[in-house]
Amino acid sequence: MSSSVIPCRKAFTNTILEEAKADKSIFVVTSDARGSVTLDQYANELPEQFVEVGIAEQNAVGVGAGLALAGNNVFVSGPACFYSARALEQVKVDVAYTNTNVKIIGVSGGVSYGALGATHHSLHDLAVMRTFPGMEVYLPADRFQTTKLIQYLVKSAIPAYVRMGRNAVPDVYSENDDFEFGKAKVLSEGKDIALIATGETVYHAVKAAEKLAEEGIEATVVDLVSVKPFDAETVLNAIKNTKCVLTVEEHSIYGGVGAMVAELTSQEYPVKMKILGIPDENVINAKPIEILEYYGLTTENIVSEAKKLLAGL
Amino acid sequence: MDYSINELEKEAIEIRKRTLEVIYNAGGGHTGGSMSLVDILTALYFSVMNIDPENMNDNKRDRFILSKGHSVEGYYAVLERRGFIDRALLDTYGKFNSDLTGHPTRKIKGIEVNSGALGHGLSVGVGMALASKRQNLGFNTYVLMGDGEHGEGSIMEAAASAGHYKLDNLVAIIDRNNLQISGRTEDVLAIEDLQKKYEANGWAVVNVDGHDMGALIDVFNSCPVEANKPTFIIANTIKGKGASFMENKAVWHHKVPTAEELELAIKELNERKEALYVK
Repeated sequence: MSSSVIPCRKAFTNTILEEAKADKSIFVVTSDARGSVTLDQYANELPEQFVEVGIAEQNAVGVGAGLALAGNNVFVSGPACFYSARALEQVKVDVAYTNTNVKIIGVSGGVSYGALGATHHSLHDLAVMRTFPGMEVYLPADRFQTTKLIQYLVKSAIPAYVRMGRNAVPDVYSENDDFEFGKAKVLSEGKDIALIATGETVYHAVKAAEKLAEEGIEATVVDLVSVKPFDAETVLNAIKNTKCVLTVEEHSIYGGVGAMVAELTSQEYPVKMKILGIPDENVINAKPIEILEYYGLTTENIVSEAKKLLAGL
Repeated sequence: MDYSINELEKEAIEIRKRTLEVIYNAGGGHTGGSMSLVDILTALYFSVMNIDPENMNDNKRDRFILSKGHSVEGYYAVLERRGFIDRALLDTYGKFNSDLTGHPTRKIKGIEVNSGALGHGLSVGVGMALASKRQNLGFNTYVLMGDGEHGEGSIMEAAASAGHYKLDNLVAIIDRNNLQISGRTEDVLAIEDLQKKYEANGWAVVNVDGHDMGALIDVFNSCPVEANKPTFIIANTIKGKGASFMENKAVWHHKVPTAEELELAIKELNERKEALYVK
């Protein structure tokens, strides 16, 4: 990976800074996380459109809702672990239920914090966020998709939760790619297996499909960047044109993308499937990349699990 | 229209009668807290705030948040009397698929924020007040909280941020009726010293009789009472205020009056109103 590749959180702050210079109704609210989010430049350049509330995520979300109710376009940002747990009732009530123009940008999500432990991991966030009526949920795969997603969210007034990781990740897309947010993105089409991934695991699904192709196995790869709205039609089509489905996510195997696909297939089109994610345990203490490797969220393991699934048909 | 104190007092009595009627018709509601906040809401909606059914799309209107959302029946009665919602709508309260939720919802005209989970309103109010200041919108924000609600720690997060940002366009009121569902607030979990807590967070604090209409109007009109500080008004109230057999009894937190009790309460409220004509 080139050293010029920036983390998704930096793509968020670069984009929101540009957007906010042109739109005075944009506010960014944070909770002593300007370093984690990479908001220093934004805070320095646009102090009137920046609100610091200290280490108080519940208040950050409530304040964000209040700013939005006064006609503003609000991005509340900090570590995903805290916004999807401690501030969850504020997200549920003040954002989703009250239907305020607030986007929660959860950074350093999943196991980004590595050995810092379960307090800092957010492996439950999709499971909870997707059950709030009116709330959208997005996981961008790389810096280019993050930029386009933030540009899209600036124009949307619908409450949303976005989760991105801490470290720079390899590019899946290029600057010229466009996205229809709210829809799933089909990256390749094959007749054997559907690989459905979200966020930073999309890269590994793409790479796995390339390796499988070398062995004559054709995979469809679906980027579920929009976890909600859930594009059931695209997902179902992908599955119907293949023989089995493997889902991949940096999330608990409970309640995330695998569960969503299983909810769909079990009711609409029963098919053999496997959910690849983090098992129901507090993850090992290691670097993020080591944690992902340990639990099999790698290109190699996707290839291996795909072949097992096909062999079992 | 400008209301005299006497007219506001009479209005408050009509609101209390309607509140009890609504709770009786619905067969459920938060009676005690709805009765204790009526004078505060009457002062705000009929006199103090720049808000009326015609200016709800004006971003410069004053904002009100009922953070103690369970006292919604008193709030709905105020909104009906003030012309935000009509009587036929309020008569659906408690009926199947009514538009009226058992806690405030902004689907109803006049309501800014969905509430009901305690400890949220002050944070939202801080956001509104910040926007008003930063963008020179010039409106004031009023947040009414309960005293039992002060068990929620998030309120202190909000209070700290209001003081930090010197939000002198923010007014928080506590409906200090001293009772919560399990008994006296100071027995359940002591919340005092409220004055010191808020002052320590950079607020100016004033005490007022929450049933003295003239005093309420005076206090609201003197906000901010200190420059560069948000104002915290401790409104000393009586839970169940207006029907003597309900007053100061925790059991009336969400007890529904029987037909006889409703009749008794209406009779007493009518007598109180008659007395206001003599005054």
